[in-house]
Amino acid sequence: MRDIALARRGFLKASALVGGGFALAASIPMAARAMAAEQAEGGMLNAFVTINPDNTITIIGKNPEIGQGIKTMLPMLIAEELDADWDQVRILQGDTDAARYGPQLAGGSFATPMNWIPMRQVGAAARQMLLAAAAQTWGVEASSLTTEPNAVVHAASGRRASYGSLASVAAGMQVPDLAAVPLKDAAQFRIIGRAIGGIDSPRIVKGEPIFGVDTQLPGMVYAAYERSPVYGARLVSADVAAAKAQAGVIDAFTIEGNGKADELVDGVAVIASNWWLANRARSALNVQWDQGEWANHSTAGYTAQAAEAWASGTPQEVLNNKGDFAAAAASAAKVIEAEYSYPFLAHVAMEPMNCTALMHEDGRMEMWAPSQTPQGGLAVVASYLGLPQDKVTVHITRMGGGFGRRLTNDYMVQVAAIAKRMPGTPVQLIWSREDDVRSDFFRPGGYHKFKAAIDGSGKLVGIQDHFVTFDYPAGGPFNPASMPASEFPANYVPNVHYGMTKLRTAIPMGALRAPTSNALAFVFQSFLDEVAQASGKDLPSLMLELIDGAGPEQGGRGPAGPTPGFNPARLAGVTRKVMEMANWGTPAAEGRAKGFGFYFSHQGYFAEVVEASLDARNQVVIHDVWCAGDVGAHIINPHGALNQVEGSIIDGLGQALQLAVEFEGGAAKQSNFHNYQLPRMPMVPNLHVEFVKSDNAPTGLGEPALPPVIPALTNALFALTGKRVRKLPIDTSQFA
Amino acid sequence: MAYRVKINGETREIDAPQDMPLLWALRQELGMVGTKFGCGIGMCGACTVHVDGVATRSCSLPVGSIGDKEVTTIEALAQSPVGEALQQVWLEEDVMQCGYCQAGQLMTATALLTANPNPSQDEIENAMRGNICRCACYKRINQAIARVAQEGPVNA
Repeated sequence: MRDIALARRGFLKASALVGGGFALAASIPMAARAMAAEQAEGGMLNAFVTINPDNTITIIGKNPEIGQGIKTMLPMLIAEELDADWDQVRILQGDTDAARYGPQLAGGSFATPMNWIPMRQVGAAARQMLLAAAAQTWGVEASSLTTEPNAVVHAASGRRASYGSLASVAAGMQVPDLAAVPLKDAAQFRIIGRAIGGIDSPRIVKGEPIFGVDTQLPGMVYAAYERSPVYGARLVSADVAAAKAQAGVIDAFTIEGNGKADELVDGVAVIASNWWLANRARSALNVQWDQGEWANHSTAGYTAQAAEAWASGTPQEVLNNKGDFAAAAASAAKVIEAEYSYPFLAHVAMEPMNCTALMHEDGRMEMWAPSQTPQGGLAVVASYLGLPQDKVTVHITRMGGGFGRRLTNDYMVQVAAIAKRMPGTPVQLIWSREDDVRSDFFRPGGYHKFKAAIDGSGKLVGIQDHFVTFDYPAGGPFNPASMPASEFPANYVPNVHYGMTKLRTAIPMGALRAPTSNALAFVFQSFLDEVAQASGKDLPSLMLELIDGAGPEQGGRGPAGPTPGFNPARLAGVTRKVMEMANWGTPAAEGRAKGFGFYFSHQGYFAEVVEASLDARNQVVIHDVWCAGDVGAHIINPHGALNQVEGSIIDGLGQALQLAVEFEGGAAKQSNFHNYQLPRMPMVPNLHVEFVKSDNAPTGLGEPALPPVIPALTNALFALTGKRVRKLPIDTSQFA
Repeated sequence: MAYRVKINGETREIDAPQDMPLLWALRQELGMVGTKFGCGIGMCGACTVHVDGVATRSCSLPVGSIGDKEVTTIEALAQSPVGEALQQVWLEEDVMQCGYCQAGQLMTATALLTANPNPSQDEIENAMRGNICRCACYKRINQAIARVAQEGPVNA
């Protein structure tokens, strides 16, 4: 019977479309999987939803969970339209399977806009199948039926059936056309908008194994990987015999990189029965490196090169040349100039990079991967091993943070290269914290030289920026170092000249939470605060004046499909809201000052006000942060949403106050939390967060609250001291 | 060399060099992975356990130095009424984001409230400053501790 049920079972096939869209289509029944086997008489209605006979519902969370709450939130969308009783919902993490689930990634704050409609359609389609099952069972029209949480109801006859009782019949029903399934009106939402705790939290407080590094397999061994701290270095020799002679060491061998920093760099793997033993044995390797052409690179050198680029006056590349900035400056009543800079930053997710791999004797590779891009990781591992992708299985584990570091899957390739040498033996690769800091894909540092032209009426009539950033000489990992031509206020000022010069580097760069925005917010909102000061107004007034009368900008396309353009009205909405929340017009208490910052990124509009003071030793004390954010019409899970915003604010303040990675001799000087000092509890200010609801589809919250808090802090310090912070992290000696 | 260590009320045998940190013995010799590796130098608190009730960084504690002291880990936290109350309030306040540091946060908070049931704000901050939360859920951690201090442990 069960085989027949399985054979008849329709399911929704999710597939990625060109452009990153997401489609679900009725498809051929799939083979039974382990999960289905557990549900003896239940019904799998589609790839995401299985109704169990005990009236519980199993929902697949498809995206990787890095702490952004997605394993709770995406199933909420499905459960809403399914009209599920949330207490009866069980959530399982889906494996990496693009054909089955569509895109699976944690990045770009994309999950909300990409899944807001598709996940709801998945739930609505499953509900339609339950309605059809009840209609068939009772011999009534489906249109005469309604649902209540976990039950179909026929009001006319008073009949009622639990979802569980309908499951096996529902599984045989026609799969509806997803595009045509009706979705609830927002007024009917029972789950969206409810503050729901993290689905894994009850296990986490008990210390249950749930993170990537908690993976345990019979016979598993542990690997450490020695690599050069200098980027681009090549391995010359290593004393693997000496490492193998160390206590507990099972094996040690050199691995030749494939020339790609984001895949596999040269190194030496040390394998032991315990990672601590493997890691300790690295010191016996006496590795000789050819440090190569980058060994003399340093932060000081880059800063000098930036100054040279500015002195030359001509950027390599013009990003935006609107009107005539030079003429505007020549005829301006006031011209102000300023040079800004910010450092490279590391991600330092709490769970160090790690991955577990088992090269099966039959040639299949199976992995347990804490990756923000498991589909990309699967592809890159398959390519490295020369295997077809269907011979590589990647289980998605919960992650102890991501922040963009786990968008790059170098640790997956490393462990694959190691496991390949040890067929039949599971290997867990773990990086030390020092490996993690020094082998990061860093947020690139940058330098901006600004000029602004202000006319006799105090109006900003021109802005110029010579941005000095970084690029690899050829190829290299993803480089996020860039600036859009439209960077605010370009579209709201008549004369603009933005130029860019790229310094050569081999330092691996990557996306850090709110990439580009986390740096550009600081420099642009600080410089605009200077403009506001120079024209006798405050920054929120200047912002509102700049956008006065402007309509929405032209939209674009993102991974979630068409995206609306920047809408000045939403800027105004959050700006006015935060001014009210922070009593902006009222001076701060004696010895304190307030500063403002706004930024639009990842489709989110955030205006923030910081109130700060200096203590007796001139150290910065942050008292309060007020934050108004507009991410659309719905806050899907207020718990997770607020947590993201609060965390982003503190993350940004930490960057402003004390974070920098500096390079010397081609390597990072920082290595661990003693010299890369994250915020700790005593630093945390009072946080006041409100969401401004606007008539827009909801968008993500992993990132957009971070950028504006940095200039809000530095602008507050200017208001307090009259000293402008133009370099991060903040050098408090300037306040002495 | 084999060491006998009392962990969560049971005497466990650990066959490891004397200088192996307790963290790695717990995780990979005994398979108790609730205690987390964060930095290896005692700077982040993710590996916090109790040794005779005192919050201790297991990444910097050699197994050979424990002797007859009693070790408690996150896996046995619920056996303490204070620990159980904190676990419960942690969920009610939806404290965590990624959750990786939370075992260490809970162990430190339990040691604090066991020794000092009514800490001031400064005392909470001072006790917790050794525990990094990269997601920065500090406000909620603080609130949860303050709430348990106010409401008392489950079986008090």
